[in-house]
Amino acid sequence: MSAPTQTAVPDVPDVPAVAPAAATALADLPVLPARHPGRWVATAGVAVLLAMVASSLLTNPQWEWDVVAQYLTWPSVLQGVWATVRLTAVATVIGFGLGTVLALMRLSRSPLLQSVSWAYSWVFRSVPLILQLLLWYNLAYLYPQLSLGIPFGPELVQFQTLDVVDKFGAAVLGLGLSQAAYSAEIVRAGILGVDQGQHEAAAALGIPRGRQQWRIVLPQAMRTIVPTSVNEIIGLLKGTSVVYVLAYGELFYTVGVIYGRNQRVVPLLLVAAIWYLVTTTVLTVAQYYLERHYAKGALRTLPPTPLQRLRWTLGVARSRSTGRPLPVDLPPGFLAGALRRGHLTRTATRGDKSRRDTGGPA
Amino acid sequence: MTTTLPRTVRTAPAAPGAPRTTGGHLQIQGLHKSYGTLEVLHDVDLEVRPGEVTVVLGPSGSGKSTLLRLINHLERPDRGFVALDGEVIGYARRPSRRHGHVLRELTERDVLRQRTRIGFVFQNFHLFPHLTALENVVEAPVSAQGRRRSEVEAEARELLARVGLADKADARPRQLSGGQQQRVAIARALAVRPSLLLFDEPTSALDPELVGEVLAVIRDLAHGGTTLVVVTHEVAFARDVADTVVFMDAGRVVEQGPAAQVLSAPRHARTRAFLDKVR
Repeated sequence: MSAPTQTAVPDVPDVPAVAPAAATALADLPVLPARHPGRWVATAGVAVLLAMVASSLLTNPQWEWDVVAQYLTWPSVLQGVWATVRLTAVATVIGFGLGTVLALMRLSRSPLLQSVSWAYSWVFRSVPLILQLLLWYNLAYLYPQLSLGIPFGPELVQFQTLDVVDKFGAAVLGLGLSQAAYSAEIVRAGILGVDQGQHEAAAALGIPRGRQQWRIVLPQAMRTIVPTSVNEIIGLLKGTSVVYVLAYGELFYTVGVIYGRNQRVVPLLLVAAIWYLVTTTVLTVAQYYLERHYAKGALRTLPPTPLQRLRWTLGVARSRSTGRPLPVDLPPGFLAGALRRGHLTRTATRGDKSRRDTGGPA
Repeated sequence: MTTTLPRTVRTAPAAPGAPRTTGGHLQIQGLHKSYGTLEVLHDVDLEVRPGEVTVVLGPSGSGKSTLLRLINHLERPDRGFVALDGEVIGYARRPSRRHGHVLRELTERDVLRQRTRIGFVFQNFHLFPHLTALENVVEAPVSAQGRRRSEVEAEARELLARVGLADKADARPRQLSGGQQQRVAIARALAVRPSLLLFDEPTSALDPELVGEVLAVIRDLAHGGTTLVVVTHEVAFARDVADTVVFMDAGRVVEQGPAAQVLSAPRHARTRAFLDKVR
């Protein structure tokens, strides 16, 4: 836009020369949003596609939605869901517990600990999960009895291997131990991502080493650990379906047994798919709140949760239509739309002038 | 560069009941440090008597920061030693049949314990961003010194008040300005009741208008009896507060002496050239 003749307002050369009367007239004009014809075409196209998918899902009788509905809450299916969730939970605890230990070993100054951790990851990442599961299940072939005792000394307690490593035991061991190899790397990357100054500050204060890790480093590492970890846990949840090779009654094996009997293959696979969708959705929601929790130190103010946003939007709409007062916890920026676009972004740490106030304590 | 004390900083005097830290006696003898083939410190001797304030000046890369990091054993010296109140930092004097006495390197646990007697304030603050100001101050006395949390918290609030941040106890570092963050960092360093405080360019990462508030707090400490070693480029501050000024260049102590003498009538041409440039 080229400015009109500068001579009109010689005192303020930076302002486009508009006569004062014209400026007030501009302020009165209504503001219209820009037009996006391409966006409308694309939207229409996608809407048509969606409608086609929906119609085929509803009209094609082969989906057999009535069978899906019937088996969705079938007792043995629910048991399968529970077994899947339980496997995932225990394997996650083993995987991330051991993974954290392995990560700390890898970062320790002892060459032996470092190499053991490295070798562990190497072995467990290299051997396919399905093979590991079968090996664990056949542990009793190698060691019929297991015992706790003093190394190279007397044994204190003895178990039959088959009592300890049953189908569930083998599944949990296989999933958990291989998960540990992956989570070790995730945790290590998280720890390495924490600013070196944090380690130094903790050391300079004389904080004991274990406490440095737990209180100072890991909570900050969690910010990078959480997103990838949830990814891994979702992978693990779906990965539990591999356990069908042990004939353990988790979700996938259970549906398999049912359609083996009644031949309704597609509807039963749908039942399993729906349950996997439901459980991963729960995990995704949990991830959102976990990320929010660990963003505390990285953001100046946390953006509102979707629930808060929904509540505030409804509150504002109701207040506009009925004249009721606005929600009490509504932040002032919300009406301006500033908070509605809030993302979990890191604020600039240096060189961001807005971060620095000029005065002393308020 | 001159800095004036802004009126906004209110530094409250220490409460009468608060335990007074007494200054430690720092002795450094024949300190050498190299990184690979680069010699960063060459035969550094320094003595800081209890309660004294020593300001270390010098161009970038002259080894000032390394000297501070060696004092609290964040780096290991190649030769020479640092002693606080007669106790060698990082080593223990042990009798030996062959040599009479030897210096046995301490384990990390023991070094960490020694460090609680030395406070360190970093150029970039290094506050723990996930903890509030109060939690930052409380952490070390509780976890490193095993003191009772309730008692430490009360003392931490007093310390925050002393650096003029009583109302920011629950703020997280990122919600504070640079000057406020550095003042929290000073309170955090004071919380372990150190007998020696080290400042590594405490105002270099701050906007010019925030420098004054931090220097005001350090000036307040200088009169409080703690031994201070301050690496800085603020010559006016050095003239105002320091008992001794040390000028370093290329890993060596070029000149040290009473602040007035070194700053007004430096003996060495190198010192004179540096002071002319920063003035």
